[in-house]
Amino acid sequence: MLEIVIHAKDLTRRFGDFLAVDHVNFEVHAGEVVGYLGPNGSGKTTTIRMLLGLLQPSEGHATVLGFDAFTQSEQVRLRSGYMSQKFALYDDLTVQENLSFYAGVYGVHEDRRLRQTIDRVGLSGHESAMAQALAAGWRQRLALAIALVHQPRLLFLDEPTSGVDPTARRAFWDLIYELAEDGVTVLVTTHYMDEAEYCERVGIMRDGRLLAMDSPERLKADVIPGNVWEVSAEPLERALAALQAAEGVVRVGLAGDHLRTITSGGMRKPALQAALRSADVHVTGLERGSPTLEDVFLALAR
Amino acid sequence: MKKSAPVSAVLISALDVQRAFGAVRAVDGLTLEVRSGEIYGLVGPDGAGKTTSMRLFAGALLPDSGAMQICGFDLASDVESARSTLGYLSQRFSLYEDLTVLENIRFFAEVRGLPSAEWLPRCLEILEFVGLDEFVHRRAGQLSGGMKQKLGLATALVTRPRVLLLDEPTTGVDPVTRQDFWQLLIRLVAVSSNREADRVAVLISTPYMDEASRCHRIGFMDGGRLIAEGTPGALRARLSGRVLELRGAPLSLLRSTAHQNADVEDVQAFGDHLHLRVRERTGARVVKQLRPRIERAGGKVDALQPIPALLEDVFISLTGSPHA
Repeated sequence: MLEIVIHAKDLTRRFGDFLAVDHVNFEVHAGEVVGYLGPNGSGKTTTIRMLLGLLQPSEGHATVLGFDAFTQSEQVRLRSGYMSQKFALYDDLTVQENLSFYAGVYGVHEDRRLRQTIDRVGLSGHESAMAQALAAGWRQRLALAIALVHQPRLLFLDEPTSGVDPTARRAFWDLIYELAEDGVTVLVTTHYMDEAEYCERVGIMRDGRLLAMDSPERLKADVIPGNVWEVSAEPLERALAALQAAEGVVRVGLAGDHLRTITSGGMRKPALQAALRSADVHVTGLERGSPTLEDVFLALAR
Repeated sequence: MKKSAPVSAVLISALDVQRAFGAVRAVDGLTLEVRSGEIYGLVGPDGAGKTTSMRLFAGALLPDSGAMQICGFDLASDVESARSTLGYLSQRFSLYEDLTVLENIRFFAEVRGLPSAEWLPRCLEILEFVGLDEFVHRRAGQLSGGMKQKLGLATALVTRPRVLLLDEPTTGVDPVTRQDFWQLLIRLVAVSSNREADRVAVLISTPYMDEASRCHRIGFMDGGRLIAEGTPGALRARLSGRVLELRGAPLSLLRSTAHQNADVEDVQAFGDHLHLRVRERTGARVVKQLRPRIERAGGKVDALQPIPALLEDVFISLTGSPHA
């Protein structure tokens, strides 16, 4: 039986009339890398703030590392790290000085620990660089170092990769997986659909509600039961209309110079071709595609 | 019965454009052409130079050097004519929240010098096109995020521009809204494409690699430069056979073994499996070597095979490996 590190039960938060988080239920197990995927304003950050005890739930409750997230928030925060979307670094301090300042807040003073942390996030050799001179990817690593310096067992990362380039983003995910191998549990929010694919499990948030949570593959298999097709045809408009009307077509959309369509499991290629031909459409290409988490999101949201 | 497409014209062009802010070369030697009937995506991370490029094309910023044209009008010598043919939706576009949908459009139309006999019928047509025809009298402040975005697009379309410049219109928005927005955009370009004189060109910037696959052509931007250009398919084909999917257990052993292979340039974890990028023409060799190595070390391989590359894989292969 895996240890449950986060347990949210009917977790709810209202701001006035606005329901920011609406009866959310989920569990995260030790050593898991779990993503929390949703657009801006869907309730991701509010959820994390409740798990950290920074906000009181309007309803429901959360247990984090065995402690009540709100009434025992100090215990939670001693044992967890938090890297916020708008992490604050002291621009006029060096990497080393920033880290030792925040380490001091947690009562961490050993030089060895600071060196280990700097090493861990790949900032060795940059200790005396001023924070303001760091590129976005390096600032992000420093912010991660600050969240890690007290060796937390649980890490909350709120949109950690916003604004960094794809190369730095992948390097950052390498770090996350190294931490997970050491047993650190990671809950990471993102609004990048493709980034969520990196997670072991993904929760999909919209309008404060957790629509589903599972591995990317199971989400795709469960929510998109049929096939994805990339269809090149002329004229495109008529092909679109033909597919919209065809039985067995779940969804069809324009994708630049071709159509992308999702069909129910029973619909085979000949049926798709027949539907297009009967509308006097010239098919120039018909290939199987693969479902994405965006397809899952769209299917759950409609 | 294939109709030959009408000859398309270059509606957006830049030739060796430079623009610096102090010591930062925000746009560094940008050369590109977008033709009518085309959606061209400028794709790259924050700070790559996308927004500066957009502002240069909109005539809001002057280049330090180089030439730019919109619909054949030179942006340096005839910016007024160029502007009259373009619609621009900036990242920080703001509507008048206390005006209605119709009043907002009226405002933007009249600022552009359109008489009401012209903008009124057109704007009703545009509002129907973007799906806001039932909300003409609703205040903009009362619209949902997605509807506001559609209103923004409507105000950019009211002058019937042939060139549409859209700077990150979908950043952070709900995927449902994003999907609707793209359907509108693609239809706008496709529907208008029967008469050459009506055909539109769209230049759109985005930080989302997956979204870029909806464009006809993509330009990857990094450090102010256009580092690669092509259709999504052609860009992906650059890494054909060079991305392998590896499934098995334990994942940490798979990762470390893959990293040790000299032909493996990059290893990326995707939840329960890995993607490896390998050097050119080494895919078969890596497959042959890696499986026994993992098994000798006590691991298990369930699958090891080439898969199609993502646009992000291509971008990263061009901008350098994180392990370099």
